[in-house]
Amino acid sequence: MENAVILLVEDNPDDEALTLRALKKNNIKNALVVAHDGTEALDYLFGTGKFDGRDTRVMPHVILLDLKLPKLDGFDVLRAIRADERTRLLPVVILTTSNEEQDRINGYGLGANSYIRKPVEFGSFIEAVKQLGLYWLILNQTAPTASVSPKN
Amino acid sequence: MSSIQRVSITKKLTQMNMLVCAVALSLACAGFVVFDLATYRQVLLRNLSIQSQVTGSNSVSALLFDDPDSAKRTLSALQFAPNILSACIYTSDGKQFAVYRRDASIQIPATPQIQASENERASSGHEKITLVHTITFHGKLLGFTYIQSDIQPLIARMENYLAIAGIMLALCLSVALFLSRIARRSIAEPIQRLAHVAGRISRDKEYSVRAVRDGEEGELADLVEAFNEMLVQIEERDRSLKASHDELEQRVSHRTAELTAANKELESFSYSVSHDLRAPLRSIDGFSLALLDDYGEKLDDEAKSHLTRIRAATARMGLLIDDLLNLARVARAELNRQPVNLSAMASSIVEDLRKANPERKVDFFVQDCLETAGDGRLLRVVLENLLGNAWKYTSKRPAASIQFAKRQVNGEEAYFVADDGAGFDPAYAGRLFGAFQRLHGVNEFPGSGIGLATVQRIIHRHGGRVWAESAVGKGATFYFIV
Repeated sequence: MENAVILLVEDNPDDEALTLRALKKNNIKNALVVAHDGTEALDYLFGTGKFDGRDTRVMPHVILLDLKLPKLDGFDVLRAIRADERTRLLPVVILTTSNEEQDRINGYGLGANSYIRKPVEFGSFIEAVKQLGLYWLILNQTAPTASVSPKN
Repeated sequence: MSSIQRVSITKKLTQMNMLVCAVALSLACAGFVVFDLATYRQVLLRNLSIQSQVTGSNSVSALLFDDPDSAKRTLSALQFAPNILSACIYTSDGKQFAVYRRDASIQIPATPQIQASENERASSGHEKITLVHTITFHGKLLGFTYIQSDIQPLIARMENYLAIAGIMLALCLSVALFLSRIARRSIAEPIQRLAHVAGRISRDKEYSVRAVRDGEEGELADLVEAFNEMLVQIEERDRSLKASHDELEQRVSHRTAELTAANKELESFSYSVSHDLRAPLRSIDGFSLALLDDYGEKLDDEAKSHLTRIRAATARMGLLIDDLLNLARVARAELNRQPVNLSAMASSIVEDLRKANPERKVDFFVQDCLETAGDGRLLRVVLENLLGNAWKYTSKRPAASIQFAKRQVNGEEAYFVADDGAGFDPAYAGRLFGAFQRLHGVNEFPGSGIGLATVQRIIHRHGGRVWAESAVGKGATFYFIV
């Protein structure tokens, strides 16, 4: 499953670096695409803008989605993903700082597959990323249309 | 209600009128009839007396010459007086001399019923008047006349009078009835109108209506005026009451709007705190650990110790932020009151605590069937804090005991969590429930100092009280009433 792509939607460079570090610590060598805001994430998924011409038949195995993002926030991105036929079945894991009730309700309400709060203690974060990789990249079976979808 | 009143007051007025009229008329008629009949009887007697004297003087010669036939002829002239029933002439020694009877069955006394000293004696019987008269000639008693008359004219007259009185009474009563109608219009109807208006006001709470004056004078006019004046005052008071009520309502809705806005602001504040304040902490901790991991060999022990302190402080900051957010959440969370089984709740919390520190020896006692009404989620936070504190402050004892139960305190049922741990100095009990207030050093017992503030806020939101009793080294007991 090493060719499976992970899409990380994260605007904070520190968090990006720490997530990369956590993945590395856990020996997760999958391709990682980082989108720094909501628009970029959707561009990647639909092969538009900066990602014009991308082969959209290749879809990420899992999307790690932050909630507080510039331009489109995490909920907007999630809404767009679930609204589009090509992406509606993709696994989306909300990976965020807050554990606000309202965020959890909104996240699951819009069709998130999981909600994980990033712990402050980095050791715990490494452990969380390990579990994430194990579950979403190895154990979890995606829907058949999710990874390969015909281009319009 | 008003129709009953209407019937009653009108009826009363009419009855009163009729009664007064009937009594007055009856008394007047009775007086008049009695007087007239007495007078008429006098007249009848006088006529009878004259007839008796005439008959007597006509019979003088017959008596002188002892000629009863002549006396009889004289008497028979009485047949032209229709009311004379019988007559008799007695001799001076009281023997019947000549007799006249209209009817053969009529009894005539054998001797004249008169005293020697009397000149004339009248006596009335049932339907009859009898008159005895002396006959004298030149001062010498010759005999007596006796005449008996019926009183038919008197009876007939009385009957006429009664008929007339009856007719008069009927006439007067009709007049009285008519007059009472007029009285009703001028007395009863204004009162009824007033009653109607009063009824409408008490029913509809419509104070702007007024009783109308319809030509009434005197007390009734005063009554209507006073009533209207009263209405003006009530209306005024009603209006000012409404005004102040509206103003209060407005103020409440204004305050509510302000409060809602403040709550919203607090909510968005907490939201951004929750997102933004923790992110840098993750970086601090993450990169500190990276330093330790990647450059550990190049760092001396002091540098490593500094980094460890940085990481500990970061963890603590994270805890503080979480607890503060919890406190804010408790303050604005909606209270959802339901039956809560506190015993089951406490038992499940105890289980979690045991799992977290399986090596500890703690004797837990939880009283069965403690139930109350409240917000289950918030009350769980209360028990988590109180039992967690008991767990924490008994951690230095090799074997501790903690209990959760209910007891009477000053006549009130209070729940309590008691432990035999470190306890606290009662002098500082007042500071116990303030945010960031701690009575122990962080090194001694870790904690943010927000837990009890959260507990107090939850209990207060339930309208209850929370307090604590302790002595240093003697354990602590936390009571709460919800």
